Amino acid sequence: MIEQIIFYFFAAILIISASMVITVRNPVHAALFLVLSFFSSAAIWLLLEAEFLAITLVLVYVGAVMVLFLFVVMMLDINLAPLREGFTRYLPVGILVAVLMLLFMALIVSSDSFNLNQAEGIKHAADYSNTAELGLILYTEYLYPFEIAGAILLVAIIAAIALTMRKSKTLKTPKPEQQVAVKREDRVRLVKMESEKRDT
Amino acid sequence: MLMLTDVLVLAAILFCISVAGIFINRKNVIILLMCIELMLLSVNMNFIAFSHFHGDIRGQVFVFFILTVAAAESAIGLAILVVLFRKRKTINVADLDTLKG
Amino acid sequence: MNIFDNMEAIYLAIVLAPLTGAIIAGLFGRIVGRNGAHWVTIAGVGIASILSLIAYKHHVFDGAAAYNGAVYTWLSVGNIHFEVGFLVDRLSVTMMVVVTFVSWMIHIYTIGYMHDDLGYQRFFSYMSLFTFFMLMLVMSNNFVQLFFGWEGVGLVSYLLIGFWFKRDKAVFAGLKAFLVNRVGDFGFLLGIAAILMYFNTLDYAEVFQQAPALSTATIEIVAGHDWSLMSFICICLFIGAMGKSAQVPLHVWLPDSMEGPTPISALIHAATMVTAGIFMVARMSPMFELSETALSFVMVIGAVTAISMGLVGLVQNDIKRVIAYSTLSQLGYMTVALGASAYAAAMFHLVTHAFFKALLFLCAGAVIIAMHHEQDMRKMGGLYRYMPITWFTCLIGSLALIGFPGTSGFFSKDAIIEAVYHSNLPVAGFAYYAVLAGVFITALYSFRLFFLTFHGKERLNKHTWEHLHEAPKVITVPLVILAIPSLLAGIFLIGPMLFDGYFMQAIHVASTHDVLAEMGKDYHGVFSFTLHAFKSAPVYLTLAGVVTAWVLYIKFPYMPAILEKRFSLLHKILINKYGFDDFYQVVFARGSREIGRFLWRFGDVRLIDGFFVNGTALTIRWFSSVVRTIQSGYLYDYAFAMILGLLFLLGIFVHGILN
Repeated sequence: MIEQIIFYFFAAILIISASMVITVRNPVHAALFLVLSFFSSAAIWLLLEAEFLAITLVLVYVGAVMVLFLFVVMMLDINLAPLREGFTRYLPVGILVAVLMLLFMALIVSSDSFNLNQAEGIKHAADYSNTAELGLILYTEYLYPFEIAGAILLVAIIAAIALTMRKSKTLKTPKPEQQVAVKREDRVRLVKMESEKRDT
Repeated sequence: MLMLTDVLVLAAILFCISVAGIFINRKNVIILLMCIELMLLSVNMNFIAFSHFHGDIRGQVFVFFILTVAAAESAIGLAILVVLFRKRKTINVADLDTLKG
Repeated sequence: MNIFDNMEAIYLAIVLAPLTGAIIAGLFGRIVGRNGAHWVTIAGVGIASILSLIAYKHHVFDGAAAYNGAVYTWLSVGNIHFEVGFLVDRLSVTMMVVVTFVSWMIHIYTIGYMHDDLGYQRFFSYMSLFTFFMLMLVMSNNFVQLFFGWEGVGLVSYLLIGFWFKRDKAVFAGLKAFLVNRVGDFGFLLGIAAILMYFNTLDYAEVFQQAPALSTATIEIVAGHDWSLMSFICICLFIGAMGKSAQVPLHVWLPDSMEGPTPISALIHAATMVTAGIFMVARMSPMFELSETALSFVMVIGAVTAISMGLVGLVQNDIKRVIAYSTLSQLGYMTVALGASAYAAAMFHLVTHAFFKALLFLCAGAVIIAMHHEQDMRKMGGLYRYMPITWFTCLIGSLALIGFPGTSGFFSKDAIIEAVYHSNLPVAGFAYYAVLAGVFITALYSFRLFFLTFHGKERLNKHTWEHLHEAPKVITVPLVILAIPSLLAGIFLIGPMLFDGYFMQAIHVASTHDVLAEMGKDYHGVFSFTLHAFKSAPVYLTLAGVVTAWVLYIKFPYMPAILEKRFSLLHKILINKYGFDDFYQVVFARGSREIGRFLWRFGDVRLIDGFFVNGTALTIRWFSSVVRTIQSGYLYDYAFAMILGLLFLLGIFVHGILN
């Protein structure tokens, strides 16, 4: 019972904050509401005994990604007026599509085809470690996908740096390939000249 | 007693909100990116719910990977956004039409 | 080693020798030169001719059995085999001798006739090619090869009529011949298709074997009307023969074909190709015998052709055209004989006609050459003084044509008239009077030609008179050689060919139709046949015709003009050839032009170009202009499309679940 109350509480916060994300005028506020919705979903995940992921969500998303968002929003000097154009014009369409989609999804979820209502949540003992379980399967069965995920993150880092790095034209850097290819003739000039008589 | 359908309906609502968000914030790339994050969050929610109610930890492994990829995606997306802004002085999607045939 | 041991090789050689000559003269004409071209083709046809004579001896004198064998299987579809094969029996071997012999003579004659022509090698090549196709036609043992030869001779005929392709008239005449023959070929092809459909084979022997079993079969072409299958097939085949053998109403091409060089008129349009239809019907006798309807049809067409075309011949002034109309008329005689089931008589007349008609054409050619390509008889006259050999051979040819007692034409034509008299078909009465009247008309126009050309006042202009001379040897020798069989062939051939079962199994006649057997009862040798003729009408009609011609064109040369005025309506009808040409010109030629114009204006320009081609482009342009607005380049439009797609898929999913 108490679980349900907690769930509905956080669900309400999640829905409201998500709605705010898409409707507020200021992107900074939107980002902050997004943080709030991440927080509330992390709470729901905790209820679903996914402790490790809940913490990861808060640490990675709230701590890193959302900070990045805020950073970008604040760094860029954005003119908000044109970005809000057509907001009210597209609102009915958006709501219509959303409601339609929700209706479909609700139909699927509520249908008897999948026996979704019969599933019982599995309760683990108090000494059950979600992190250990996850780690065990991640480093055995999903080792290769895990490595690939790491590679993807590396690529993302390099790509982000490569995209945003600006090269100054005045910057002077060594060019090793040219340095290696240098020949003696390029650098040393042997000059032969007659000796001159000293004026006596 | 918390039911599976409760969580699924929550995730569906979340997804639909983000779809609506894409519609109504069609000009602002930053909000679009945020809506995508919200979509991913709703998908993750589904994964975790199924993982919990079916007692299979693999669902959480998938969420883990999705988080990884989503982080990478938003990092690159924001990098592109920065470059874009530097070049065009705008992030208005309506102005990004140089590919238009 | 006996040469008769390997007849198959001989038959192959007969066919291939002219083809080889044609290829060498046609493709390598420049290398072999003019002399090379005529030597190689004359040698090829000569070989074929001599080998044909050997084959003739083998079959007729040594009494060898008919040869029927496939040489090469061209195509097999299911159980149906398309083969190149030879059926050589007395019927085909007779045709082979006639074709190769006449062709050989005309090859030689051509050396003189075409002497100054630029297309010398081409001409020889075509002639040899024609001989090849004609031999393929007569020697074939199946319908496909028959059709191959049939179309081949049609093609060469077209090429040769339009040989002088710089003359508009020649080109037009060639086209006309080709198109009119197409009409006939359409019927022919339908007949062959019907045979294939019902007999499931194209081999003569098998078809003839099955034919009696199918004699009562019916075919439903128009719903609700059952037609006799045999009648249908035979009439379809005969329509083909009508095209090739120029029977009314598909005769219009033959007079115009005189635009071609004279040797061609002699070879193709008198002696050989036009008789292909006659030969074909004789070959198909086992089928025609099963259908009295078809026989009656054949007889009526033949009788109408025989009399009406002879009448037109009376008013023509072009020497070649007169002979052309006489050819039409004689072909009508042969057709009548076919209708009377006297196939042997038709073949007999075919053979004699080949000789004397070729002779007449070559005489006309000699005259034309001597007159510097003047063909109008009104500008000739009195030529016998300058061209005695031509005059004499022409006289023999004319006598044979009119059936003067003792000449070859007499025997064959009299046999036909007798056969018609004995025929018990319902239309035989009409046909009998038609052919009898035809005898008089034949004599009249033949001697009109003869008198106008060789006798009477000299109406030549000065220029031609100065150059007038007897033809060179290469021309006169074939004339003399052809004159001999024209005169004598009848005496030797009538007995064996008509009454002694000459053709054996090659021609089948039902006992109820066998008019020749009835005639055979009264036949007691050549002499009595000739004597008997003096007791019957034809001989006197012939003489009357000759006398009339003499009166009109020698004694009172001003008479024809008076008669012309007197019977101006009749004259006009004859001059206009009963209006067939004008009718075809107006109805078919202009009609098809109008259809063509309609198809061009509406079908092509509007429908295909306008609607399909440009319409497609315009539709695509319109559609693109609509679709292009979707392809905006804006991110959110693509997102929108994606979401709609997602929604759609979800809808399908939900639909599936709810059901």
